[in-house]
Amino acid sequence: MAWAEAAFAQVAARADAARQHDGENGTGMRYSALSIVRNALSGNLNWKRAWRQPEPKPFYDVIIVGGGGHGLATAYYLAKEFGLKNIAVLEKGYLGSGNVGRNTTIVRSNYMLPANEPFYEFSMKLWEGLEQDLNYNAMLSQRGVINLYHNDSQRDAYIRRGNAMWMEGVAAELLDRAALKKMLPFLNFDHARFPILGGLLQKRGGTARHDAVAWGYARAADRLGVDLIQNCEVTGIRRENGLVTGVETSKGFIGCGRLGLAAAGNTSRVGQMADLKLPIESHVLQAFVTEGLKPAINHVITYGAGHFYISQSDKGGLVFGGEIDGYNSYAQRGNLATVEHVMEEGVSMIPGLSRVRVLRSWGGVMDMSMDGSPIISHTPIANLYLNCGWCYGGFKATPASGWCFAHLIAKDETHPVARFLRLDRFQRGYAIDERGAGPQPNLH
Amino acid sequence: MASLIHCPHCGIRPRQEFSIRGDASVTRPAPEASDEAWHDYVHLRSNPRGRHQEHWHHVAGCRRWLVVERDTFTHDVFSVTDGAAVAREGGR
Ligand SMILES: Cc1cc2nc3c(=O)[nH]c(=O)nc-3n(C[C@H](O)[C@H](O)[C@H](O)COP(=O)(O)OP(=O)(O)OC[C@H]3O[C@@H](n4cnc5c(N)ncnc54)[C@H](O)[C@@H]3O)c2cc1C
Ligand SMILES: [Zn+2]
Repeated sequence: MAWAEAAFAQVAARADAARQHDGENGTGMRYSALSIVRNALSGNLNWKRAWRQPEPKPFYDVIIVGGGGHGLATAYYLAKEFGLKNIAVLEKGYLGSGNVGRNTTIVRSNYMLPANEPFYEFSMKLWEGLEQDLNYNAMLSQRGVINLYHNDSQRDAYIRRGNAMWMEGVAAELLDRAALKKMLPFLNFDHARFPILGGLLQKRGGTARHDAVAWGYARAADRLGVDLIQNCEVTGIRRENGLVTGVETSKGFIGCGRLGLAAAGNTSRVGQMADLKLPIESHVLQAFVTEGLKPAINHVITYGAGHFYISQSDKGGLVFGGEIDGYNSYAQRGNLATVEHVMEEGVSMIPGLSRVRVLRSWGGVMDMSMDGSPIISHTPIANLYLNCGWCYGGFKATPASGWCFAHLIAKDETHPVARFLRLDRFQRGYAIDERGAGPQPNLH
Repeated sequence: MASLIHCPHCGIRPRQEFSIRGDASVTRPAPEASDEAWHDYVHLRSNPRGRHQEHWHHVAGCRRWLVVERDTFTHDVFSVTDGAAVAREGGR
């Protein structure tokens, strides 16, 4: 009978849709050893999508601009820790296409200034429980971060830094030359100009898989109902009576109650949409990876005679980088002069590197702040919040940045560990300048 | 890629010979100017994606300060002028 058939088809379609929805937003699936076995037995054909691909709703209580690590983490904590619903993250490209997928994956909490260290240590503690919390393998590897020193004054500076860390309850260890020689025999200890005399070690520092961090937060946020909207560029910020009412996007106008900006290298452009002139310059930083090698470098090592850092990925490639190119840039590619300089630094620290072939290099556009420290802050517009200024150190900050930004947006109140990271600190004379380089972004 | 800069005094030179100070569009206010004006000069930047004027110092060449006008996205260089000439023109 036609009507029965039609009704049956309708019911089936509805069940199908429900199943699909359930599967697509992942609620039906927690990752576990069992799920791996079960999926392997069915030919790995039944893995569900890690997150939905929703169309934007006309209005959200909170919109976050930027689907990088910080935007995704913010949305996740807004939903999980602060109980907000009706949240969207708008991303102009795909999730993780920005710096979160381009960095050299170093996580550490070895800062010196009391305005920074408690914040980064909060982040380190969140990293330590992150994989359980997100039900996602972020491949956190606490292999230890070692900063090398090459002369007495540099050693004294590291002793000071180590003590400053201890004052915030973070362990640091000074290694002398003999200890280092045992741990890292491949270093160029007797370099004529920059002999290696020792290093400062933070054992809990290490690396995490950068894309997995973005994906883990994205999936976990999606499971809590956050709409992650990709290919949606914010092109304008609409305001009425001094308050934000929503954003113009490549997918049309989307209204919001509160707006959070987490656009990293594009912060100035997004800020300008709300007439904010910010203490930020965009600069390009490059990174490199070599062919895969057997395990050779077991730590994260930073050079004290130049700006160079290296670690080995779990796949075997040596991942390294140096300093920024030095001029304002919105291009995600860098200059050959910097490539040459980074290679020279690397070979000067580890001569054996000259025999290794580089496979790939890339660049990311970073939000360099005027004092080298980040901003998590109110703005002159009451329902507009700002997260930026991460320079080349924002990956390690991802969990704490998301948590503190969510706290600020949800409660309209600064989180205690982020209380120094205010936008108005520049005007009020409270710059947080770890390097003492002054208001010159290309020197931080 | 801003790898080569055409110095008006020395000709085409590699980027390694230069040191970059940054945004040349800001002007130092008078010493007695307001805190606002100084904050604006010291800290705030328009940071455009596109044409940008910068102070480059030809350290390993003529040691003159230059104003380089570049595109921060394509890295095209439009003009390189001696800093003193630019300052005279702008009445700075
Ligand atoms: C080469 C390199 C190496 C680095 N190494 C380290 C390291 O070892 N350790 C460390 O701690 N940090 C490191 N960093 C820094 C770190 O990667 C960044 O500070 C951090 O990722 C920035 O935060 P994010 O993840 O939110 O940024 P992003 O991933 O860049 O997210 C910002 C997002 O905003 C989006 N967006 C911008 N404008 C708009 C718009 N108008 N509308 C919609 N969306 C928009 C962008 O597409 C982007 O996806 C490195 C950075 C680079 C480039
Ligand atoms: Zn010259």
